[in-house]
Amino acid sequence: MIPASYFFILSVILFVLGIIAFFTKRDLLTMFMSVEVMLNAANLAFISLAKATGRLDGQLIVFFVITVAAAEAVIGLAIIILIYRQKKTIRTEDINLMKG
Amino acid sequence: MGLFLFILLALISASAVLAMIVTKNQAYNALFLVLAFASLGGLFGLLNAPFIAVVQIIIYAGAIMVLFIFAIMMINLREGLPPEKKRRILYISLVLGLVFLIEIILAASGRLSSLAGTEVTETGNPVDLGRLLFTKYLYPFEITSILIIAALVGALVLLKKKEKE
Repeated sequence: MIPASYFFILSVILFVLGIIAFFTKRDLLTMFMSVEVMLNAANLAFISLAKATGRLDGQLIVFFVITVAAAEAVIGLAIIILIYRQKKTIRTEDINLMKG
Repeated sequence: MGLFLFILLALISASAVLAMIVTKNQAYNALFLVLAFASLGGLFGLLNAPFIAVVQIIIYAGAIMVLFIFAIMMINLREGLPPEKKRRILYISLVLGLVFLIEIILAASGRLSSLAGTEVTETGNPVDLGRLLFTKYLYPFEITSILIIAALVGALVLLKKKEKE
């Protein structure tokens, strides 16, 4: 029997890796993918805590997280493609409209 | 056996995300992410959540990543930043990540040990999940449908070509 805390620690590691990927990557698509990694790390934490407490609520919240992630992916990719149509680039250093 | 599977899947998922950080090509990044999500699905299966594991593989590793790959195909691939600028950003993000890691460890260190002893009373079979979904979580479930409609209409409106020009 594996302790649930192992899974929790793994979710923390994945979340930190997602943060690092978000800040190191310079194109919008990969940054968006690292947001998905962070969402998955949160899902793993939810399920490991659901196992630790013996209740199903944590697993159900994962359903909602997956649904929100799907909706977010649709809108986010639409926005990225719009940016690409207007600017012809998705590199973040080329998108500096708000720079003073 | 279970511990061996856990270590294997954990290593695969963590190293897939690491490989995503290292490689520059966005299509490879998406495929590494598919690997990470699939192994996370295996981890969900180890945690007595077989239905969530299947949903994870079908929706995340299947549908969402296919969407990403479609978007990558619509945008032609290019190179990243010159290396010297990237190095600085790497250090900053490593520091940020470490700070967050320490924060989480400090926050969770007292609580985790007490969780390890409790035993599992419910399993995540679809019948129990569905019953919970349609009783206790009925309102969030219905609101989710509104969210999906909003996302669908929003994506259509955003990407619609202008009629005039």
